[in-house]
Amino acid sequence: MASLELTNISKAYGATLVLDDVSLSMEGREFLAFLGPSGSGKSTLLRIIAGLETLDAGEVRLDGQRIDTLAPGDRGVAMVFQHYALYPHMTVRENMAFGLKNARVPKEEIESRVAEAARVLEIEEQLDKKPGQMSGGQRQRVAIGRAIVKHPKLFLLDEPLSNLDAALRMRTRIELAQMRNRVDAAFIMVTHDQAEAMTLADRIVVMNDRKIQQVGPPMEIYARPANTFVARFVGSPAMTLAPAELLAADNGRFASVRLGDGSQVETRVSREGLPGGPVQLGLRPENVHVARGGEASTAAKVELLERLGERTLVYARLKDGQAITAEDEGYSSLQVGETIGLRIDGASAHLFDSEGNGHHAEAAA
Amino acid sequence: MLFVLPFLTAYLIILIYPLLNGMALSLQRVDLFGGGQFVGLDNYARLFADETFIRSILATFALALMIVPILTVLALGLALALNRATRGAAIFRGVFFSSSVLSVTIVTLIWRFVLAPDAGLLGETAQALGAEPIPFLSHPTWSLWALAITTIWWSIGLPMMLFLAGLQQISGDVYEAAALDRASRWTTFWRVTLPALRRTVVLVVMLQTAAQLQIFGQAQLLTGGGPGGATRTMVLFIFEAAFARWELGYATAAAEVLFLIIVLLTLTQYLTTMRGSEGDGGR
Repeated sequence: MASLELTNISKAYGATLVLDDVSLSMEGREFLAFLGPSGSGKSTLLRIIAGLETLDAGEVRLDGQRIDTLAPGDRGVAMVFQHYALYPHMTVRENMAFGLKNARVPKEEIESRVAEAARVLEIEEQLDKKPGQMSGGQRQRVAIGRAIVKHPKLFLLDEPLSNLDAALRMRTRIELAQMRNRVDAAFIMVTHDQAEAMTLADRIVVMNDRKIQQVGPPMEIYARPANTFVARFVGSPAMTLAPAELLAADNGRFASVRLGDGSQVETRVSREGLPGGPVQLGLRPENVHVARGGEASTAAKVELLERLGERTLVYARLKDGQAITAEDEGYSSLQVGETIGLRIDGASAHLFDSEGNGHHAEAAA
Repeated sequence: MLFVLPFLTAYLIILIYPLLNGMALSLQRVDLFGGGQFVGLDNYARLFADETFIRSILATFALALMIVPILTVLALGLALALNRATRGAAIFRGVFFSSSVLSVTIVTLIWRFVLAPDAGLLGETAQALGAEPIPFLSHPTWSLWALAITTIWWSIGLPMMLFLAGLQQISGDVYEAAALDRASRWTTFWRVTLPALRRTVVLVVMLQTAAQLQIFGQAQLLTGGGPGGATRTMVLFIFEAAFARWELGYATAAAEVLFLIIVLLTLTQYLTTMRGSEGDGGR
């Protein structure tokens, strides 16, 4: 059964539309990530589910019950705020117990739930401290603890890791993944960090420009982006999108294109369903390699090298000026300004039609 | 050090020197024409035997007790009501603050028009309703209330602004967390807003206590200390001793007593209310 169901949600602030007819269905106890740039409407959508924003049109249902008409506290959801939003004058224990006290949960029950959450989150020693005496990471745990003790049906996490330093972020990410396995609840996390979304979520909801662009498991979003926005937004560094010309049918099943510099790429994208007109060839860096020997399909001039250790990213420009990102081995001997041969792996390439819709390679038979 | 020197010099000359000089003066029998004569603690002994002085202490405390709690609660209430970003709220903030810029002369003049039993606004209203007008300026207790009301109206602006500033410091997401924690408006006020305003409340109470113990202008202009000395405040007593009876040493001794009372009270308030509040600063 769908746990959370959003139906035709619209929201405007004055004349500015921020959500345009958004619908989404969440299955069982899954972990969804709302991924998008600033202003895409992802936080607003989360806040509408929490009840912190009203909606102009549409419905929110949780486990079959309509909740958008209920007060935030009555919806069966718990939220972890980006800046933690802990009550500064209350101890950790009081912070976690506050919601339960207001819900008139019996005292012994409150104590056992707080103790359990503190044990799981390893903050038992901190229970009598105040948030001001704690580090960012510890406050984050308290904020999570405050959500856990409520036993919600749905956890809402608003950029939960964005305030932590890099090392702590990695650790908390793993802990969130573990917590998710222990708790019988659904999760929605808002993030603009695709690595968080890819590693934590069962499905990613990519949002941009007031709408949902694509919903799918992380690898599907990565491997079969629905449109040019998703293709560029997911994956780091971004996919190269090169304008290309579709070559006339040559009896083959698959489309071949010619790039601006004249080089040809044979894709494994089916010709069927591909509308005419100009297309864009989508190439992830790992599908463009620096060619050694005579296997190059085109040539390019190196503009920038990023040595990441296990691999080197090569930002180069084709003869016609088209920027392209390629990959080389970690100990690359390339130099900026050098002209190099590139081997394009056409079988992994994507095509985007003039509407921006993605067409992807068929799985090899 | 060099940069604080000008301030420090001014501070020493116009505050510390008079303070010490005042202490010395309070031990002398001296009038406005000079000619001091050391009398030890004589002035102080006379003061505590002076029924007028004791009554002025009581009147001053009564006024402070009437004014400070009401002023604090009222200012907090106004701040809560006006802590929003609407045009109306901005206008009302200005209106409530505007009384603070008036001089005490204007303020007492306005309130005389309101309170005077024969021709004042309240008196006329009471008569129109067929009721006996309250003798605000001629009854010992009512005249204290007349001073209290006038003072509250005059001084509400600053504490309201202090509370507004305190409210703006509370981040909005704490209220959102409280909403998700099923906190009622009342619970939210007691458990979230008020604890966050704790320091502001202490500040307002301390400032207002210190200010109201020195109440003077309203008493002199509205009631002249009457009826029968019921509204003679300590500063009014000091003023009369110094500038009506020219007993400078005696007046200074009274001023030293007032100084000591204010220091002790504010110190006590600070120590009792700030105890155990360490670690509240963070968010």
